[in-house]
Amino acid sequence: MVFALLAPLALPLILAALSLLRKFSTVTRFFPIAVSGIVLGGGVFLIFATATGQAQTALGGVIRADALSAYMLAVVGAVGLVATWGGLGAVPTGHGTLAGSYDSLLCVFLAAMSLAVLADNIGVMWASVEATTIATAFLVGHHRTRKSLEAAWKYVILGSVGVAIALLGIVLIYAASQNAGEPTLSWLSLSNTTLSLDPAMMRAGGALAVLGFATKAGLDPMHSWLPDAHSQAPAPVSGLMSGVLLSVALYAILRIQAVTNLVLGPDFLRIMLSIGALLSLAVAAALLIRQRDFKRMLAYSSIEHMGVMALGAAIGAPAIPAVLLYILGHGLIKATLFVLSGRILAVEGTPVIAEVRGLLARRPGLAVPWLIAMVALVGFPPFSIFFSEVNILFTGWMEGMGAIVGIALLLLLIIFASLVRLTVAMTLGAATASSPTPPDRSAHGPLLPLVLALVTTAVIAFLAQPIAAVLARAAATLGAIH
Amino acid sequence: MFTNIYPQLIGLFAGALLLTSTLMVWRHSLLASIGLLAVQGVALAALVAVIGVEAGDAELLLVAVLVLTVKGGVLPWILARESRATTRITDESPRLNPTAALLTVAGLTIFSYVVIGRILIHVSSVPTHAAPIGLAMMLIGFLLLVTRRRARSQLIGFLLLDNGIATVAFLTSGGVPLFLELGISLDVLLVVVILYVFAGRMHTKFGGTDVDTLRELHD
Repeated sequence: MVFALLAPLALPLILAALSLLRKFSTVTRFFPIAVSGIVLGGGVFLIFATATGQAQTALGGVIRADALSAYMLAVVGAVGLVATWGGLGAVPTGHGTLAGSYDSLLCVFLAAMSLAVLADNIGVMWASVEATTIATAFLVGHHRTRKSLEAAWKYVILGSVGVAIALLGIVLIYAASQNAGEPTLSWLSLSNTTLSLDPAMMRAGGALAVLGFATKAGLDPMHSWLPDAHSQAPAPVSGLMSGVLLSVALYAILRIQAVTNLVLGPDFLRIMLSIGALLSLAVAAALLIRQRDFKRMLAYSSIEHMGVMALGAAIGAPAIPAVLLYILGHGLIKATLFVLSGRILAVEGTPVIAEVRGLLARRPGLAVPWLIAMVALVGFPPFSIFFSEVNILFTGWMEGMGAIVGIALLLLLIIFASLVRLTVAMTLGAATASSPTPPDRSAHGPLLPLVLALVTTAVIAFLAQPIAAVLARAAATLGAIH
Repeated sequence: MFTNIYPQLIGLFAGALLLTSTLMVWRHSLLASIGLLAVQGVALAALVAVIGVEAGDAELLLVAVLVLTVKGGVLPWILARESRATTRITDESPRLNPTAALLTVAGLTIFSYVVIGRILIHVSSVPTHAAPIGLAMMLIGFLLLVTRRRARSQLIGFLLLDNGIATVAFLTSGGVPLFLELGISLDVLLVVVILYVFAGRMHTKFGGTDVDTLRELHD
């Protein structure tokens, strides 16, 4: 049991260290895939282990997995597997002293995300979210062009400052718990209803912590680093950052929200999260209408989807299972799309949508998976994003947030139309004179992880019994502990 | 004996923190700012030590040593070493003139007192009276981040912001647990190193570290 908790944290770090040794240089590119597999395995094992409602702990309670942590760990592993396996060979291996640093940082990045979801202490959760910024800084700047340097600089400055705001919030939450005797940052102790937390300090602390983590989650108005970083990073890194790092930050928000709900009631963060959600949707809608770059298009689509998830978090308990399913569906689809965008960029040599025309006629090997994944992303059934979105909007309506849900629906329609138009512009149309004959049917990389991701998102919403039970248990952990 | 001078010591070191922050806004030389940052680190360590002695908490004394090493020694040393080696012109031409900047600092400090007064209504102890200074340091850090043009001067703003958070932590709750303080210090240290590497790359790629040249990515 302890092994399942500690393996996703320790083994990645060991492999990260081994990646730097020249002796292993021929196999280091498989290390991130192995790490993703370990994290996924640990997550699935913990989902079963926590099915009884009993949380698993290690290291004296600092590492603690309840149903929600186990689910998030499995999502980190699953999305990691798609991004790293699909991205195999996408980034040329380094040379000289930097050989292996790319794979090493990917391993550290996955370990940091695992720690963020497994930590019981909010402070440790904070430190590991900050560690993800550190691990990804050089990954974003990996190409060493002027643009990637600019993106990395903005990412690190805004990311660190945002997370610093969250630290101030956590410090205030810690101070708020001190009139209950020994001050604590343990999430388990803080969500104990018998603890009397100082409401004035909790209000300030909770708001600042959520604002800070919202920066990492890419919610408007703290999103400005996101399109730059996600469009400039190597494709597998973009897939990981967009698919799962944003959700890990959202997980932190959900944990903080569970504590503030006990002290201040659900209305307190509902307003803040609703505003963030609508602003994110508005920004995504405004910038997707005239988007010209397909990697930035995917980045803005992430802001949109995080906005809908934040809306779900604002609605509260009834919508949380849908939000959790959304996290998995969006993660898998977005990792697939970013991996494909990297391949399209590599073979076409341009990120501009207008210059990539008639992809379906010229390169069906890339265009077919891209088209299917885009269909899933914009929210067509049978893919799970459709069911999550409908469930969140419907629950919001039932919970009396009709006006907010109405605006969100309008913005979602604009985004839907924009994404469809951009996808049509890229994929349909006749082949041009310069196109290869016969059509290029190669997928330019491993196709199996992408197929698995698409199939999973297509069928998961129909596996009602096992999946609904897992989601319900995970959502239930956010309730009060009496 | 110590209890008598305790409030005065808290006031003295908190005052030193605010004074160094204000001077950082006033001075435009990068090396002077780094020197002030070192002084601020020492003042912060002294503040932690005073709280530790009053509370009779050995762990806090250990944290004080950690703060002294990291914020008073290692960080300023890294910054100063790199700056002397790579930049000849270290003077800053900020967006805000000194008078306007100092007036803003005064405004931010008053604002901090108003805000903290509303948050800490149920708590009253000697250190919490000085807590607004921590918030003021944070806001001054933001001011430096927004108004400074050079990459390395922005970094000073980031460190001031971090010192401000640490000050709030120590004054409101006697600091976070030791293992967490270690993690936070390590994170900040790594962020600074990373930003320094980027600033160096920026210098070679753009021929300067003016962040206004970062204009290529937009919609």
